[in-house]
Amino acid sequence: MNWNADCEPGLILIHRFMYSSPELRLAVLQIRTPIIQTKSKKFCKLMVSWIKASGFSRTVLLSSSHAYQRDDQQLLGTPLRYLQTPSMQKVTGDRLKEMEWREMETVSTFPGVTDSEQRLYIPGGGATKGLFTDSCAEDIPLVVVLIFCSEGDNIPDAFTLLNHLNTWLHLVDAPAQMQPKWRIPASWRLLFGSGIPPALF
Amino acid sequence: MATFFGEVLSVYSRAVEEDDEDLDDENEDEQIHRAIEEKREVHIAWCPEVAQSLEGKLQCSELIIAVGTNAAGFLSAYVLNTESWDAVGHASLWNERSRGSSRQSIAPLPGEPACLFYRHRDNPAVLVCQSTCYIAEDQLFQWTEKVFGCLQKRGLSVMVLSDSPVAEYKTPDYLYGSAVPFLRSLKSSASKSQALCPALEQPNILTGLPAAVLSHCQVHQIPAVLYQCYTDVISPDSITMETYKPALLCLSKLVKLEPCLSADVLRKFAIITEAQSNLYT
Repeated sequence: MNWNADCEPGLILIHRFMYSSPELRLAVLQIRTPIIQTKSKKFCKLMVSWIKASGFSRTVLLSSSHAYQRDDQQLLGTPLRYLQTPSMQKVTGDRLKEMEWREMETVSTFPGVTDSEQRLYIPGGGATKGLFTDSCAEDIPLVVVLIFCSEGDNIPDAFTLLNHLNTWLHLVDAPAQMQPKWRIPASWRLLFGSGIPPALF
Repeated sequence: MATFFGEVLSVYSRAVEEDDEDLDDENEDEQIHRAIEEKREVHIAWCPEVAQSLEGKLQCSELIIAVGTNAAGFLSAYVLNTESWDAVGHASLWNERSRGSSRQSIAPLPGEPACLFYRHRDNPAVLVCQSTCYIAEDQLFQWTEKVFGCLQKRGLSVMVLSDSPVAEYKTPDYLYGSAVPFLRSLKSSASKSQALCPALEQPNILTGLPAAVLSHCQVHQIPAVLYQCYTDVISPDSITMETYKPALLCLSKLVKLEPCLSADVLRKFAIITEAQSNLYT
């Protein structure tokens, strides 16, 4: 698929799209719709086996989580978090920690009762947790990079997440201390509905 | 969500559902899940003569799917009104909003929301589907898989007619009432046909059955064209139905349109809507 596909008028874009760039040796899978909840397990299984069969050297999963469900420690500092599978740890080592990235905190299973049992909790993240745990089990090098965000206009969150990823992978060249100029997809226009009646003024 | 001017828009949450996958593989849970899945299964029932010929696949050159009361009403009034169409099957399904159409063997009653298939007597390669019942998100994939599973893919082309409220149409300019209803089209990449109206602009999004059908056709490289009619009338009305007319003109060799709208057919729809809206009577 062409990188500029979403700007061509009349061209149909469906729920999943795969893009690839041979120069960057990069493949991007865009999942545009939520996954039906009862099918989530099956989806994770299929995705993980596909990642395995495709033999990607590493996989990055971009995701998000509800900002309003953060606990006290998560409220402080950056809204960006990462998670890596043990086999990713072998590939990247402590690179992400050195870059001062923050790992996603676990929360206690029974808050207020006991803190001894901790669990991974990504509210609003859909299949993120399933994909991560399945990747751990299947020994797939995978990093989850996510951002806490609220309901509404998430365009700034998307840029924050992308710029954050770019500081690690350098997918797009950026002048020193500057953020790269991203092209905004056509589907982000008119987020708050159609034009307003001119007679209003 | 509130805009700059303070009006509240009904924007669906783009956040995905709470992850509930702590569902353990307990037998009881699984049994319940299986029972729910069975209940929500989509069944396609064909009439005996079609079912017999189904051992191979149904030879079909043109599949016309109408989604919504106006699109379905347009087909009833302009196309299916002649004697030359046979009802050949129906889809039955159960969900929270369409409880009636779950009787597998019995065809839906007239006027009941349903999903019906018709075939032309002289030209059995033309299949028409009228869908006026709500199909839930988790049933759409099944629907397309099952319906297209019955059809020969080679030589098939699909046309979808679909209703949509104009409030869902996004445009940078303010939309004046006089411009409504209007038609927009969207094609799958395999479609070579010339669209008869402007293409659906970004950032408009299709949902429901039209989206499922178009996605299926895009993935399986079946030529498909969608004509979406944006209207400001909720109930079936003749002006909205007429908007679809140009879409079928390109199929004039296969499908004959009634030159003038039959008043009887329209009256049938009017009675249905009157009975539902007795607010001021």
